[in-house]
Amino acid sequence: MERLATRARRDAYGSKINRDHSPVLAYGVPWITIMLGSLTPLLPVIAPAPILPPMGYLLLLAWRLLRPGLLPMWAGLPLGFFNDLYSGQPIGSGIFLFSITMIALELLELRFPWRSFWQDWLVAALFIPVFLLASALFSGTSLGIANLPLLIPQLLLSVVVFPIVAKMVALLDRFRLTRVRRIG
Amino acid sequence: MAPPSAKRSGSNKKAQLGLFAGYLAAGLGATLGLLLLAISLWRPETFNGLRSMASDAAAPVGEVGAAGRVGSRNFFEAIAGYYNAGSKNAELEEEIRIARVRLAEARALEQENERLRAVLQLVEGDVEPVTTARLIGSTSSSARRFAFLSAGRRDGVAPGMPVTSPLGLVGRVLEVGANTSRVLLLTDTDSVVPVRRATDNTVAFAEGRADGSLRIRLINLGINPLKEGDIFVTSGAGGLFHPGTAVAMVTEVTDDGAIGQLLSNPAATDVVIVKPIWQGNVVTDMDAPLGSVDSEGDESSSSQDEE
Repeated sequence: MERLATRARRDAYGSKINRDHSPVLAYGVPWITIMLGSLTPLLPVIAPAPILPPMGYLLLLAWRLLRPGLLPMWAGLPLGFFNDLYSGQPIGSGIFLFSITMIALELLELRFPWRSFWQDWLVAALFIPVFLLASALFSGTSLGIANLPLLIPQLLLSVVVFPIVAKMVALLDRFRLTRVRRIG
Repeated sequence: MAPPSAKRSGSNKKAQLGLFAGYLAAGLGATLGLLLLAISLWRPETFNGLRSMASDAAAPVGEVGAAGRVGSRNFFEAIAGYYNAGSKNAELEEEIRIARVRLAEARALEQENERLRAVLQLVEGDVEPVTTARLIGSTSSSARRFAFLSAGRRDGVAPGMPVTSPLGLVGRVLEVGANTSRVLLLTDTDSVVPVRRATDNTVAFAEGRADGSLRIRLINLGINPLKEGDIFVTSGAGGLFHPGTAVAMVTEVTDDGAIGQLLSNPAATDVVIVKPIWQGNVVTDMDAPLGSVDSEGDESSSSQDEE
């Protein structure tokens, strides 16, 4: 019998014969990566000022924009709580902001169902400043208007870093959907 | 790319209900978040236990990183050294100039110290440190300036203890877990340290500005006697911080004081020392003055009743 082209049985996620997606990977990877992102305060960087982008939040935005519906709408509650445990913010600030973000993105998607790279970036560039300003407001610091320029480097860095995070999330999404489970 | 059409409910009752439940759950989450936020802003110490448990759990990750930090910094500094040799040289000369000043100051201080010790008839002796530990991380993406320390209750660390490095004061312990603790760095806006100028007794408060520098506010207002390059050390007033620990160097003189640069940059410190609270009894007395006064008042009133 003539052999079929081997590529026909494979796609970007691996062999289609006898293999299936692993539910643990498919549903676990977004949660795990967002939680790892929330652990950035444990990186060996002792910062004199807020510098690093809020990786947990960036990853949440990127996953939500890439795969709507993959994270349930209540995901802001546990993920925000985990973020609060390490970020130095008072507990509740992350829960509130993450939950609000999930709702806002849902509503935004109703209005603008078509999306592209630029639109995703624009959305992120709108959401990140709001998140950082609200975080600074909720943090309990006595920062006045005069000290707000303090947040600008972090804000710009976060906005610039977002496409890279989105690209990383796209790679992770391929990893998430690799067929690793053997069936039959 | 359009979103999957399965997400739109259409006339499907079940899908509509699911969508509604989603909004409801997210809304409840946000409300819960607001409630918790209000509680933690009102009573900041409410969730300390949770947080310290979480940092205890993640401490091993930080430990590895902290050990790597010093090594990697040396590596990058070695490379950077080739690029800015010229400006480095100028910087070093500047530093030597400052160091000479500091040396003279230190000599003056030593003499003064001896004199004062003689007056007070104090016995010479350093404070025994509680423990030495590493800074394993900091809240680098928040507006608050906290650091995580790799020592906790098991090492004898208690809230309020000052944390110092060989170069000067770093901060004080805010909350303690079993193996880790959270340190309020000097640059946090909530941190206020009583300081005095190293050369004389110009007293001031050093407040954090959240950007790596400190605002030095003079207590006695009048003609501002500060100059660039002045060194401020802790005064020991009010307890908590041991007197004579270096804090900041003035880099910019303002109307009511100065802006100071932190002398002990926490990023450049490998190992920090946790010291016991200076004059702990004073601090505890100041913590609960009302309660003790009240109970005394009750006793006296009850005794009066008996009479």
